Amino acid sequence: MTDMILEEQQTFGKPTGSNFARAMRRLLRHRSGQVGGGVVLVLVFCALAGESILPYDPLSIDPINRLKPPSAEHFFGTDELGRDLFSRILYGSRYTLMIGLVSTVIAATFGITMGLLAGGGGKWADMLIMRVVDVLLAFPYILLLLAVVAILGPSLWTAMIAVGVGGMPGYARLIRGEVLAQKDAEYVEAMRALGASHLRILFGTILPNVLPQMVIYASFTIPLAILAAAALSFLGLGAQPPIPEWGAMLVDARTFLRTAWWVVAAPGMAIFVSILGMNLFGNALRDVLDPKEMSK
Amino acid sequence: MTALLEIENLQTHFKTEGGVVRAVDGVDLKVNEGEVLGIVGESGSGKTVTALSALRLVDEPGKIVGGSIRYDGRDVLSMNKKELTQLRGDRISMIFQQPRVCLNPVISIGRQITELLKQHRDISSKEARNTAISLLNSVGIPDAEKRFSAYAHELSGGQAQRVMIAIALALKPRVLIADEPTTALDVTIQAQIIELLRELCREMGTALVLVTHDLGVVAELADRVAVMYAGQVVEETDVETLFSNPQHPYTQGLLSSMPVLGQRAERLTAIPGTVPKPSDMPPACRFAPRCKTRISLGMDICNQEPPQLLRTAKGSVRCWAIEGAS
Repeated sequence: MTDMILEEQQTFGKPTGSNFARAMRRLLRHRSGQVGGGVVLVLVFCALAGESILPYDPLSIDPINRLKPPSAEHFFGTDELGRDLFSRILYGSRYTLMIGLVSTVIAATFGITMGLLAGGGGKWADMLIMRVVDVLLAFPYILLLLAVVAILGPSLWTAMIAVGVGGMPGYARLIRGEVLAQKDAEYVEAMRALGASHLRILFGTILPNVLPQMVIYASFTIPLAILAAAALSFLGLGAQPPIPEWGAMLVDARTFLRTAWWVVAAPGMAIFVSILGMNLFGNALRDVLDPKEMSK
Repeated sequence: MTALLEIENLQTHFKTEGGVVRAVDGVDLKVNEGEVLGIVGESGSGKTVTALSALRLVDEPGKIVGGSIRYDGRDVLSMNKKELTQLRGDRISMIFQQPRVCLNPVISIGRQITELLKQHRDISSKEARNTAISLLNSVGIPDAEKRFSAYAHELSGGQAQRVMIAIALALKPRVLIADEPTTALDVTIQAQIIELLRELCREMGTALVLVTHDLGVVAELADRVAVMYAGQVVEETDVETLFSNPQHPYTQGLLSSMPVLGQRAERLTAIPGTVPKPSDMPPACRFAPRCKTRISLGMDICNQEPPQLLRTAKGSVRCWAIEGAS
């Protein structure tokens, strides 16, 4: 008897901790995870630290020092109203992050629910929901955003809602496909045999299995959402001045493109670097959350 | 004694593009309290579909088109969704062939048990956890407290089947349907799992419906055996009679095709031919084209009229040769 138990213990692998801990370890070893994660961390730090780390007040106007090139005093120079660009960029990071997160949360919450119900709710629910999705997808993206903003009026919040609405169909489609693929899996059948209700299977059994894919998808749509919101601000339909949102800063700066390049370069580079970082981070996430990799 | 689970004239058909496939066509089965019923048959004989039908788990395009299923006197076929989810897992439970893929890959095995417990019983998280750990202990998972948070992919096949058994028996069901529970496992592990199933079912007084194509497993575990062929039960009897005095030519063929340990035959005796395609069933007796008895006795009726299930001393059998002899 003792022999049997000993043998059985050997059939287990080494205790490896939770899936989450393992994914984190793999993420820290991943090269683009390190770079992208670094950028994301800096962004988050700037957003959370707030005014205390800013060398100047991002909103205070100083006409004497207007359009100063980058120097030791003003790292990124000053804009046409003499505001310190470095402070404005740091301060603007909170808007960027907030736009990315809020609009993605809106898109994911509604999109995932729609996709789950479409994939698991029977023929009619599927038909109805997917036709709504098709309608959303049939609009040119920017036109859809403009339509939502037109209905709700231009502000930072409506920009986020608009971008969220624009992102919904992608989530709905992706998760519907995943649900259809998982619906006939043996573990779902086993859950049914054990008396799990339909909703419990959808939200309790299938959803946890497709969440890694959702996290990966989100890591790619957050930067897209930020770009879209920046575009809306650029059109004057998103963040309103004097909010130092990067897209809005870009619009204000474009008149000085020939005379003071840094006014354009600062928000442009900020957007570029943070999008690049988030994309790298998303790549790394995709690698470490791949279900096949997880079981290693 | 009234039967706990009673299936009468069950007909489960699948609508396909090539016509209606009668996967299960007039099956009668009775499961008494605490007994072990073996269902044997070749692949495609309809034994798994019968098992799934008992819990109404057959998916589109399959449909139960006729017959009745009664659990404890209640009609399963007329139950609504709520009654069904209460029946499944709680009163009648099921385990499957591939244990590792039947466990949810992203939820720890412990949580899979506690969730089931909390869904069907009104107990606290802590009680559920304790019950789950003692269940894991009772199915022979070593170090159950640590293994509570393990995931399916960290288990071997045998361990996963033990966990599946723990989940299936968590609510102390009165019937456990095991669909080829040992097919995917090593021979040595098979013996352990069979022993475990036998012990636990005896302990809890759970009736076991064992679906398998392995006559060895049946001989080991079952009290009564139903032999299925092409969607019908062709013979049903207690296990001793089945092995000592098989009546139906198909059962005889099955038994003689089993290798005998220690004796090397030149060739194993096989039943000639294959199971008929469901879309192309012989009109009368479904076994007739492959039946040695029919050929040696030169019987015509086998190809003209389907035989009825005939009561014998210990059970029942569906064959013209027996009916003619008696």
